[in-house]
Amino acid sequence: MTALSQSVPASGARQYRFSWADAGPFLALAALLALGFLVNPDFLSETNLANVITRSAYVAIIAVGATFVISSGGLDLSVGSMVAFIAGITIMFMNMMAPSLGVWAIPAGMAIAVVTGLLCGLANGLVVTVGRIEPFIATLGTMGIFRALITYMTNGGTIPIDRSLREAYRPVYFGTLAGIPIPILISAAVAALGAFVLYKTKYGRKCAAVGANEDVARYSGISVVSTRTIAYVIQGACVAIAAICYVPRLGAATPTTGQLWELQVITAVVIGGTALRGGKGRIWGTIAGAVILELIANLMVLSDFVSEYLVAAVQGVIIIIAMLVQRFSK
Amino acid sequence: MSIAARLDRDIVAVPTADRPTAPAVLRAAGLSKQFGGVTVLADVTLDILPGEIHAIIGENGAGKSTFMRLLSGYIEPTEGTLSIDGHDVRFAKPDHAQAAGIALVHQEILLADALTVTDNLFLGRELTRSGIVDDARMRKLAAAKLAELGCEISPTALVRDIPLADRQLVQIARALLDDHRVVIFDEPTAVLTGGEVERLLAIIFDLKARGVAVLYISHRLDEVQRLADKVTVLRDGKMVGTYPGHTLTQIDMARLMVGRELAALYPPKRAGKAGAPMLTVRNATVPGFAQDISFTVRRGEILGFAGMIGAGRTELFEGILGLRPATAAVELNGASIRIRSQREALDAGIGYLTEDRKGKGLLLQERLGPNLTLSALSRFHRGLVMKNSRETEALAKAVADYDIRVKSLAASAGQLSGGNQQKLLLAKVLLTDPSVVIIDEPTRGIDIANKAQIYLFIQDLVAQGKACVVISSEMQELVGLCDRIIVMREGRISGEVSGEEMTESNIALLATSERAQLAHGGSQ
Repeated sequence: MTALSQSVPASGARQYRFSWADAGPFLALAALLALGFLVNPDFLSETNLANVITRSAYVAIIAVGATFVISSGGLDLSVGSMVAFIAGITIMFMNMMAPSLGVWAIPAGMAIAVVTGLLCGLANGLVVTVGRIEPFIATLGTMGIFRALITYMTNGGTIPIDRSLREAYRPVYFGTLAGIPIPILISAAVAALGAFVLYKTKYGRKCAAVGANEDVARYSGISVVSTRTIAYVIQGACVAIAAICYVPRLGAATPTTGQLWELQVITAVVIGGTALRGGKGRIWGTIAGAVILELIANLMVLSDFVSEYLVAAVQGVIIIIAMLVQRFSK
Repeated sequence: MSIAARLDRDIVAVPTADRPTAPAVLRAAGLSKQFGGVTVLADVTLDILPGEIHAIIGENGAGKSTFMRLLSGYIEPTEGTLSIDGHDVRFAKPDHAQAAGIALVHQEILLADALTVTDNLFLGRELTRSGIVDDARMRKLAAAKLAELGCEISPTALVRDIPLADRQLVQIARALLDDHRVVIFDEPTAVLTGGEVERLLAIIFDLKARGVAVLYISHRLDEVQRLADKVTVLRDGKMVGTYPGHTLTQIDMARLMVGRELAALYPPKRAGKAGAPMLTVRNATVPGFAQDISFTVRRGEILGFAGMIGAGRTELFEGILGLRPATAAVELNGASIRIRSQREALDAGIGYLTEDRKGKGLLLQERLGPNLTLSALSRFHRGLVMKNSRETEALAKAVADYDIRVKSLAASAGQLSGGNQQKLLLAKVLLTDPSVVIIDEPTRGIDIANKAQIYLFIQDLVAQGKACVVISSEMQELVGLCDRIIVMREGRISGEVSGEEMTESNIALLATSERAQLAHGGSQ
């Protein structure tokens, strides 16, 4: 009967059309690269780009986890403090094990980092899901806790990594494989794994469903508690990987390690096209977002137009533009 | 005389807009609306007279809501004119229509939950005294208006604390706060049952008595028959005609809406074919909603659950199925089972279609495929990887099997009409291959052709040897569909009817009064 098919809105064809919102982060990235080249041809040099992308790797890796948390309808403000806390724990254990294990203390310490990350994520997840506390408040709490713990562990100073381990650990940040810096390879691997889980597995479907409409998920036989908790655990694992990459860079953990990273992470996720209210995750967009943030900072340093003290302001403008694009592209 | 013959006679004998005695308060002349080249409403001409109840009926997509939105200023016509008391008017926005004396009572409840009843009534038009909000006066006026509508809601109650039916009344009170000359009701009874409907109909008759012109849009043809002085039928965006209300039977109306001979709405029952007990529930208690409920549904049987809204039917089944805290002893095929979550219910083979398909049933922004497979994801992956091709196949099959009308398989669930959403939801639950299917409000807010199809699907399920529970607030639907009906009242079973006793009046009696004396069939 024609009456029925007419009641389907005419916007049905939109599905196939090019979506500015989805392509936005990549177009913005391309535009930034072009702009950068015009400002200073050195900008596109291999060394500069490798540097910039390497520096963006931590935020990118953490933001992959944040894409899970946010698309499942949550939020995690504790990631910056968690990086510092995990880095501190990792260095302490590595230093403790160095005398007996030698360089094997490094992989052992990495394993401890991952376990710590999973546990921190689990704690966040359980407070949010079982404790039924707003993600914003719950992770604001753990953010303070992790930050206080690293300050306490360092006694307000720094925990440097043992000299005997420094040389062996360096390549994790400074090394290259086939000419590509290791942190870039690690973040690409994390992103690929994240994209696989979010787009190709049952868990990814559940994650998006829980974020889009918790009730529908529950009535469809999906456990909201375990789906959300797992998202936080994934976030914890990503933070641990970021911490593992971070430690060799400075060779120490301090009370200011990872400060305000949570904001960069959320910015990267949002300008990448993931809906902040949940239900739609864009892993590759997130990666583009993280690179965009670092590129802007780099561009401002290389050019003389705008003072680099205004980096945060420009990033703020970018996140607002990204949200406006999401709003008006509907 | 056959229905068809009588109908033909009426259509011939009674010209449209027959009595030009009273001048029209609102006149639509040649009203048309196109959206992007698609004509959704074509050349509708209608006179709305004071003191008259004028019903607009039609299937979903027939143009009813477009027409109503034109009249109340939400959209502007592509062609044609509106006039009030013979003067042409243009409504660029709803405020203009309001100012011209046209009020619209929305189908959805649009109230601010956290505010009081009074605050909601005056939202956006608060009374002030020297610039300060005059709460005392608004409360007094609100109380007076509510009393006038015969409703006992406290003006200071928070909207979130009052029942759904009362919220509907608040919404009506809000629309009627100023004296309007034309009041448009859009499916006002969709969320109401029995006594609440009566209360609303009384309000409408009162408006009529005071000379207000009422435009009434509804799927419930029994109400239309009782209320309407005139009935205008829309089909595919065109006017079929305007008829005097009292000459049309419900079957006539349905025929005019569909535009073809309507097969019986309800498929024949498979009387006496029920088999062994399939689902037995003993002493189910859902704190605050249902106490000590026991029942059995058999293989091949459709068991109805009737009752007023608030009788605890939905909550009872949500409790049994692990969706809310409850205690119950559940046996499936003779074996005792424990259900602590919807997952366990589905795994045991009990499927549940929620009454709230937009809020709890489907992900409206999501494409059809992921919606269809959401409850049965385990069947659609190999190893860790989702098999999208298998999902596409399942969707194609569901679209064919359940006649889901959709322009593109890539559409999102929110783009489907209500009836097609309901069929998608049914397909989604049946994809888990349940042996017992519990359907809450199977046809709420969907048009008559889709209703008939859904009844067929339900009858099909029990023919396949499944057992079915249907919860519905439409008594006619339960009587037409079910083999047996359990009636609930205030959280308890107040009676059970089957066979000859299964009549709408008996159900209404059991649903509303303490000790009901049942009449036997034929008394209706």
